[in-house]
Amino acid sequence: MNTIADDDYFEVAGRKFRSRLLVGTGKYKDYQQNADALEASGAEIVTVAVRRVNVTDPDQPMLVDFIDPKKYTYLPNTAGCFTRDDALRTLRLAREAGGWNLVKLEVLGDQKTLYPNMPETIKAAEVLLNEGFEVMVYCSDDPIQAKVLEDMGCCAIMPLGAPIGSGLGIQNPVNIRIIVEQSSVPVLVDAGVGTASDAAIAMELGCDGVLMNTAIAEAKDPIRMARAMKAAVEAGRDAYLAGRMARRKYADPSSPLAGLI
Amino acid sequence: MRITVNGKETFAEEGTSVQELLVQMRLDSRKIAVERNLEIVAKSAYQSTMLEDGDQLEIVHFIGGGQ
Repeated sequence: MNTIADDDYFEVAGRKFRSRLLVGTGKYKDYQQNADALEASGAEIVTVAVRRVNVTDPDQPMLVDFIDPKKYTYLPNTAGCFTRDDALRTLRLAREAGGWNLVKLEVLGDQKTLYPNMPETIKAAEVLLNEGFEVMVYCSDDPIQAKVLEDMGCCAIMPLGAPIGSGLGIQNPVNIRIIVEQSSVPVLVDAGVGTASDAAIAMELGCDGVLMNTAIAEAKDPIRMARAMKAAVEAGRDAYLAGRMARRKYADPSSPLAGLI
Repeated sequence: MRITVNGKETFAEEGTSVQELLVQMRLDSRKIAVERNLEIVAKSAYQSTMLEDGDQLEIVHFIGGGQ
């Protein structure tokens, strides 16, 4: 039996995805390890970066030779962009390179924390939406900012669980839960997951998915960790759908008291 | 004429199109995107877009990246 029902999926930009684990493609030893980890993760969406081609050595291996854009949905993101204009330029190029409109916007505010710059993010989202992009958006875990982005027309809200690459886990589950409850578009935790239990917690909060990179890429065995994350996301999703038991202050025996000798 | 590609100054013959430049550089046009003087050059326009002296080109592709 499949752990997740066949009709359980989330939808962005008119496309349905059964895997709720989204993975990055950075920090791996090489593209082959990356491709193997991706396979083990079961992810259907991969984030990719847009960078200059190597003009002096055009024969260097390219990501598309290892991870087939026909099999996986490439989600270009603006990692490393600190202003609205940098993000716009990057995503316009991405649209031309990839030939499609679904993108992940992130505008960073600070080198040390890589925390999102929300005013710039909102300004960039406005232009992108006007230009016909489908915008999944990295944001702070502030429900008010998340609502602003949703109302503008962003197709997925992606609050951070903790700073990018920190592996600290979900630092503010209360806010994540509020964002999940108020949103009518998918909510995905983006950044901060360190290990499998963190991913499960995000899913138990009712998130539609989790995006991670470092937690898999920097594990001692990235392929095994990818598999662990797949299981964790599925377990968390199932637990959320199953509905957890109520918390009690005191013990409640599981065996009947009647008939006790 | 002088053009700048990805921040490096280089020479190109008069009348070189974007398509020809990509061929000279041995780049697969299906895997890249081109920006010329801050404007995107559509793939369909590579053939018809002629380079001019002083052009600033950015040629990019997708690489591994996370957040």
